[in-house]
Order: sequence, then structure tokens, then C-alpha cells
Amino acid sequence: MGRKILFVTTDQQRYDTLGCNGGTLARTPVIDSLAANGVRFERAVPQSVVCMPSRSTMLTGQHPSTHGVWMNGVPLPVDAPSVAAVLHAGGYRTALVGKPHFEPFLDPFAKFVENRLAREGKETEIDQPWFDGSRGVHRGFDHLEFATHGAAGPLHYARWLNANHPEAVGMFYPVLDPTFEVNATGGGDTGAPQAHVNRIPKEWYHTNWVADRTISWLDSLAVDDDWFCWMSFPDPHHPWDPPASEVGRIDWRDVDLPAGYPAAPAERERILDAKPRHWRMWYDGVLVSNYEAPKHWVPATLTSDQIREVHALNAVECELIDEALGRVMTAIAARGWTDDVDVVFTTDHGELQGDFGLLFKGPYHVDGLMRLPLIWRPAPSAGVMPAVVTKPVGLVDLAPTFCAIAGVPAQDWMQGHALPVDDHDAEARGFERVLTEWDSELFGVAVHLRTITRDGWVCTAYRPGYVHDGTEGELYNLGDDPLQRVNRWDDPACAAMRGDLVADLWDSQPPVRDPRLALVAPV
Amino acid sequence: MATLRREIRIDRSAADVWRLVGRPELLHLWFPGIVASEVDGDTRIITTGTGIPIPEQIITNDPLQRRFQYRITAPLFTQHLATVDVIDIGDGTCMVVYATDAEPAVMALVIGGGSSGALDELKRQMESGIGPAIDALERV
Repeated sequence: MGRKILFVTTDQQRYDTLGCNGGTLARTPVIDSLAANGVRFERAVPQSVVCMPSRSTMLTGQHPSTHGVWMNGVPLPVDAPSVAAVLHAGGYRTALVGKPHFEPFLDPFAKFVENRLAREGKETEIDQPWFDGSRGVHRGFDHLEFATHGAAGPLHYARWLNANHPEAVGMFYPVLDPTFEVNATGGGDTGAPQAHVNRIPKEWYHTNWVADRTISWLDSLAVDDDWFCWMSFPDPHHPWDPPASEVGRIDWRDVDLPAGYPAAPAERERILDAKPRHWRMWYDGVLVSNYEAPKHWVPATLTSDQIREVHALNAVECELIDEALGRVMTAIAARGWTDDVDVVFTTDHGELQGDFGLLFKGPYHVDGLMRLPLIWRPAPSAGVMPAVVTKPVGLVDLAPTFCAIAGVPAQDWMQGHALPVDDHDAEARGFERVLTEWDSELFGVAVHLRTITRDGWVCTAYRPGYVHDGTEGELYNLGDDPLQRVNRWDDPACAAMRGDLVADLWDSQPPVRDPRLALVAPV
Repeated sequence: MATLRREIRIDRSAADVWRLVGRPELLHLWFPGIVASEVDGDTRIITTGTGIPIPEQIITNDPLQRRFQYRITAPLFTQHLATVDVIDIGDGTCMVVYATDAEPAVMALVIGGGSSGALDELKRQMESGIGPAIDALERV
């Protein structure tokens, strides 16, 4: 019997939303306890700041250029490499409960396996092609139960809610508007975009459902099974519509404005103007370069109160996740597994949440989107000492970490390395740089970024695109400019550092999948 | 209005490929995710894999230019035009170009995004000589 793995992901959660990372708004005692008894990473960086590429990196252990999911709407091939398949082949029982998003959700042609499995109520597809030429359960998972941010679509949670609580289906915020654009309608008390009063009882909310279904699957296992369970919460991603009964936990009127929000418009605009053009163009509503932000919303209209309310609602959602995780940990303890379970908690990318006067996400490689919560509580039986790792690590390192925990070799196609247990380990094993990429091409608007995080700096080089000629860039010193307000790309005093980082960035680029995968859906 | 274009080179003559592309009632046999296509005059109704019927008006079916055009008339679209061109490369192969123009813009991706898979399947069947669309042509 080996170590079991509970892999917990959230969607679009900032580093500073956890108490263990200095957050003061949401109470997250369960995650804080895991951090206190495990390894807390202070510089965990995604390889993409949108869902599908980032989640595909978690599963494949590859950068987006290599696995090929270069943007939301590009499906991960069913025979893509999968750490779940490696673990399955190693004797692990495997499950993914919650949000998958390896394939597009908008699927009128029913082309995608995961939507079809949910529609047909099947646990998995048992005869799918695998990356190594063999065949097996879909992407290596014995058991799949899916949820996303509401009750629309074919996924298991939506079907469950429609079947059991149809009166609650219309309580969620409609993520898309009638023209299938991301909804810009405001709500809550302040009219904040994607804020909404959701009358759904907490017990029926997707956060609870994901925990319930995870516990149900765990309870179906034999005590001596080895297992890998990816529990994937759809929150705290917008819409910000937690159960209304819970909203009173945090009064948005009491919320301090975040440090990343320059409250004076002139200051905001001065900072934005020092960044590449698309920052200010989006702020002014002139250019929406990607589908992930509402097309008909202008960030410059965002008010201080709206930011406060979004932070409060987001924090409520984070608290509900923490409590749901607590229930799962209790269930694990009841099975007598605690000493042999590794828990890894992270998210796919962050959320701007008021930084620079912006919300949501896009081609903006700054801490709001790039600094992620990552906690690894090794199985107590492994005897790993609690630690804080300051060296940069990536989500690309998760797949080899799971292999190391399971005692199976990391695969040649994995591009990361098993996470370090402390800074000495990180130093010894060369954790020095992390790469992040962005490629969007939406109706003639192309944006291409390549970023390196190294030595306390974040450096982004731009390739030619719709509003970029390929000479632009961003360079931030994370030590003396933790809010990334001063772009030093053109600062002569930083020219040597910029040159070194850019050279390293291009030298370190991962192999590019050929032929390129097609964009077949908006999201 | 948004526009989307997908293209593929097929190692068969333009005339061979047009025999299939110019038969609107056979679309479901090479467009993954479409399970039925019924033609009545210049009206075609396709049914998607999720059971959604989508009415279309056939605008152009020109065997000389090898161009097929149709318009989705469902109310969700304020504008739509799809164009499939089969272009003779001159070396016994052809290029098939599938373009979608739509308003609301995002619908170009929602609907047109399926055309890359359709072109892949068209190429597979035409080059292998195996598949339901080929079988249907041979029954003619």
C-alpha cells in the first residue's frame, strides 16, 4: 500500500486569499493547517493564466506550447499524455470530481468526450486511446463527475440540479448573455459585473456538491486501495454568486481596498500607460483581446465599492471551499487514511480582482494572475518537515510530483520536476526559472506573450500582434516593486538584467507541438 | 460581424471532392457533430449531436466555381453566411476553404469552430476512400 493523493484545485484564486499567505478577508483554517504542517510555496507560477491551457499543464506536465492547448477553446487531444494514466497504470484508482475543462464547454455538436460522458451519465470511457499507444479509461480516470460554475450545460452537477432541485436552476447568474458573450450585467449591491444574489441553499451549491461526490467516491474504495483524486472546485471564479445565506459572513462595506488598486484614476492611468498598449486599451474598453472578460464591460467604470463587493463575495466562496475541503479531510480521517494521504492544494490561475482597476483575466502577466496559492501537505508517514519554499516553481511540476509520491518514475514527456520540500532542496535541484505563455487570436486580434520568472524578477517579451510590434515588454522587480507598478523594460539601469532574462527566456522555450491545434470554440 | 476561415489541402482532385461537398444532404456524413441533414428545395435542416435542429437556406451551389454557400436562419443569428470553396491546385490536389461569417460574433466560433473537424474528416474520407460519405456517393 502506497501514499494516496488528494489533489485539490480551485479556479481563478489569488495567492492572497488564504490566511497562510497573509490574507485577512477569508477564513481558511483547513488550508492554513495543511500549510502549517506541510510545504507552502511563495512563488508558484502557472504556465498559462487561463483555464484550459493551465489545467492541461497540470494533467500532462507539459507547457502549453508542447501539449498544444494554447488558449481556451482548443481541446486537449484525448490521447494527450496524462499523469492520471501513469498512476492508473501503476495500480492507482483515479478520479476527477468537479471542473475538468480539458475540452470546451460550448459544444453544440457534442464533439467532446467529457461533455458526452456527463450527458450520458457515464463514469468514464473505458476504451480510449492513451499517449503510449495503449488503451484505457478516459485520460486515465476511472471515475469522472463534472461541475462548472452554474446549472447550464450538460455536466453532471447541472444534470443533478435539474433533476433534483429544478427550482434552483435559475438562481445562478447566467455566465453568458443571450448572444453567448460573457455576461457584463452587474448585480449585488453595487452593480459589480458578474456579482449576483444567488438564493440557492448552500447544500445544493456546486462547492458542496463537489465535496459530497468526492466523499462518495472515496467511500466506494477499499481501505487498502491506492488512489489519486483530483477534486476540482469551480469557485472562486466569477460569477461571484455564492449562496445568499452565506454572503453575510463578510460585509463588503467593511472591506479595505486592495493594495493593488490605485484608487486615484490619474494614478491608475499613469501606471497603465507605462505598460504595453493593450493594458490601457482594455481599461478604456477599446480592445477586448480575449473571450474571458465581458466584451461589453469597460474596466474604467469599475468603482471602489464594486471592488469591495467582489472581494467580499470572492472571500465567501473561498471560505466555502475551505469548509468543503474540511469535510473531505474528515471523511479521509474516518477511513483511517490520514497518515498516508498527500494533499496538494492549488489553482489554475489568479484573478486581477481590482489590481490596476481591472477585473477578470487576460494577457497580463502580473502577480494577480501569476502568483498562485500552492500548498503541499506530504503524507505524515513520509516524515517531511514543514517548510516554506521561496524559489519559483510551476504547475508544470505537479505531474512529476504525483509520480514521486506514488513511487513511479517521472515520464520522459514531463517537463517539470517533482516539487522541492524546502529551499535547500530547490537550490540543489536547480529550481531557478518558471515560464508562462499567452497566445490569443480572437477575430483578428492576436496577443502573444512569453514570460520568465527568475531571480526575483518577472520579464515578459511580446511577439508581434494586433497592437504590438514585437519590441514591447514588461520587467518588474518583485523585491522592490511587489505590485508591479513600475515597468523597467526601458530603464537603462536594468538593461543588463533585461538582456539576461530575455536571452534565458528564449533559450528555455519548450518544444512546440506541430501541427498546431485548432481553436474550435470560445471556451 | 466576425469571420472565421479554415482550410485544408486534400490529395484528391477538386472534381472528386466537389462531388461530395456539392451534395448538401450528405453533410452529416462528413461533419462531426451533425447527425442529420435534410434538404427540401433551398432549405436544409441540420441536427446537431445535442439534438438542436438548425434551419439553413442554401444560397449557392455552383459546380463551375465549386462553391457552396448557406445561411443559418435560426433567430439566434442576426447574420450568418458559410462558404465552402473547393479550389483546384493544378496538380491533382485541391484546397478546401470553409469560411464562416456571423453576428453575434461569438457564434462564428461556436458554429464555425466545428468546420476544422469537418475538413479533417473530409480529407480522411476522400484520401482513404473509406467512410460513410464515400459509401453514400457510391450508392448514387
